Amino acid sequence: MKPIYCWPLLVLWLLCVPKAHAQKYLTRDGVVTFFSTSILEDIEARTEQVAALVDLNSNQVAFTIPIKSFQFKRTLMQEHFNENYMESGRFPKSSFSGRILDLNMEALQKGGSQRVTVEGDITIHGVTKHVQVPGALELQKGSLLVHAYFSVAPADYNIEIPLLVRENIAKIVGIRLALSCEPIAQLSLTK
Amino acid sequence: MLHFYKPTPSRWGFMLLLAGLAWTRTACAQDDLLTQLESQETKPTKTELVDATFKSTRLISGHTVQTPGQGTMVFLISHRFGTLNSGAYNFFGLDQATLRLGFEYGLTDRLTAGVGRSSLEKTFDGFLKYKALRQTTGLHAMPVSVTLFASSALNSLKYSDTYEHTLPRRLAYTYQALIARKFSSDLSLQLMPTLVHSNLVATAQEHNDVYALGFGGRQKLTKRTSLNAEYYYLLPAGKPTGVRNALALGVDLETGGHVFQLHVTNSQGMIEKFFVSGTRGNFFNGDLYFGFNVNRNFTIRPKQGFRK
Repeated sequence: MKPIYCWPLLVLWLLCVPKAHAQKYLTRDGVVTFFSTSILEDIEARTEQVAALVDLNSNQVAFTIPIKSFQFKRTLMQEHFNENYMESGRFPKSSFSGRILDLNMEALQKGGSQRVTVEGDITIHGVTKHVQVPGALELQKGSLLVHAYFSVAPADYNIEIPLLVRENIAKIVGIRLALSCEPIAQLSLTK
Repeated sequence: MLHFYKPTPSRWGFMLLLAGLAWTRTACAQDDLLTQLESQETKPTKTELVDATFKSTRLISGHTVQTPGQGTMVFLISHRFGTLNSGAYNFFGLDQATLRLGFEYGLTDRLTAGVGRSSLEKTFDGFLKYKALRQTTGLHAMPVSVTLFASSALNSLKYSDTYEHTLPRRLAYTYQALIARKFSSDLSLQLMPTLVHSNLVATAQEHNDVYALGFGGRQKLTKRTSLNAEYYYLLPAGKPTGVRNALALGVDLETGGHVFQLHVTNSQGMIEKFFVSGTRGNFFNGDLYFGFNVNRNFTIRPKQGFRK
């Protein structure tokens, strides 16, 4: 076989494979909200700039959150969050990288929401912890919906809360994640 | 039967190529998804605002580039005791005090309106403050923040002299450009070119316009405390007789919604008219006024998209 004959084959192969494996889903505008409820004060913040990548072939999940993108009800809260607690100048991003433990592809393709457990490393304020969190996956009109609700303790991530405001900030902060990821061809990713 | 697929040199090449491709693809699939995600992010496309150049809207006596932000009201209690060198009889100044109460409200994130009342000369003041430029990093980086400041002050003292103190004669105006840069999370410096115009001055020799160049800055000591300094250099042209440059040193202490500012300064007043064009104390002679500002922030109108 002369090399000239290889090229059409090669091109065909390159075109076919990604289609068959279009199992990667990406978003850049995922939503994360967090809540801290205490007797004195409710704190709530939201960002719509979460980037996430889900690979249903290898069951891997990754997302990153720019800390400064969190919006608060009060300007001063937002300033304190960035300046004093998260030190977002030093630690501009939080990230997660892990695996879906119990993914049932067939059930997912049939439709409906599927509960899964995700295990992996979460990095907040420069501290990485190994966690297991529950979540839900759903395929809807070709896009992959990811939902998760879990909680973190600021103390676990060296986020120091001064004595004076200790009553205002909850020991456990609830985090809600909602992503709507679009399928991407593998080639466009590795390009 | 694979006997027809006898590897020739070119076939070997093809298979190697395939194997190579397959290898890179599997390598990719096993690659950390997070690194892939991060390589996806086109980094310098965003412009980020540099926030919290100073902890408060005041450096010590004068303003900083900070504005409270939309819907936030700041209640400001400022206090100056008497001079430290006034002796034990006056309890080193604590027997005497001047006070200013002020409110400022963020109409937008960039525009603030404020009012205040000082006990010194029973003065009412009002001001507007606008963040013209905001320091940013990223794609369109802006090295400094510039806030424009304009205020008027009304002396409401009763008078006993024969000279008629009409409303225009009671007024003084201040115009300032506040130029600041946050060099690091700890160090911020500010430059304040200032003009104070008094409609009425004591003698014909004195100038109505007083020009000053202010310098100031903060150095954070811990996350919630900082050391502040402020100095207003009066330009020789128009400098009133007997008036000194204002110098102040202070400490900011921040708690949840409060900022406490403690300081010593050689000026008794807490608005520009007093501390820029009316400072008489000699800092190094002990004419020091100990004082404090207490800032309390209230959110009047929460940001959109939040309940309550």
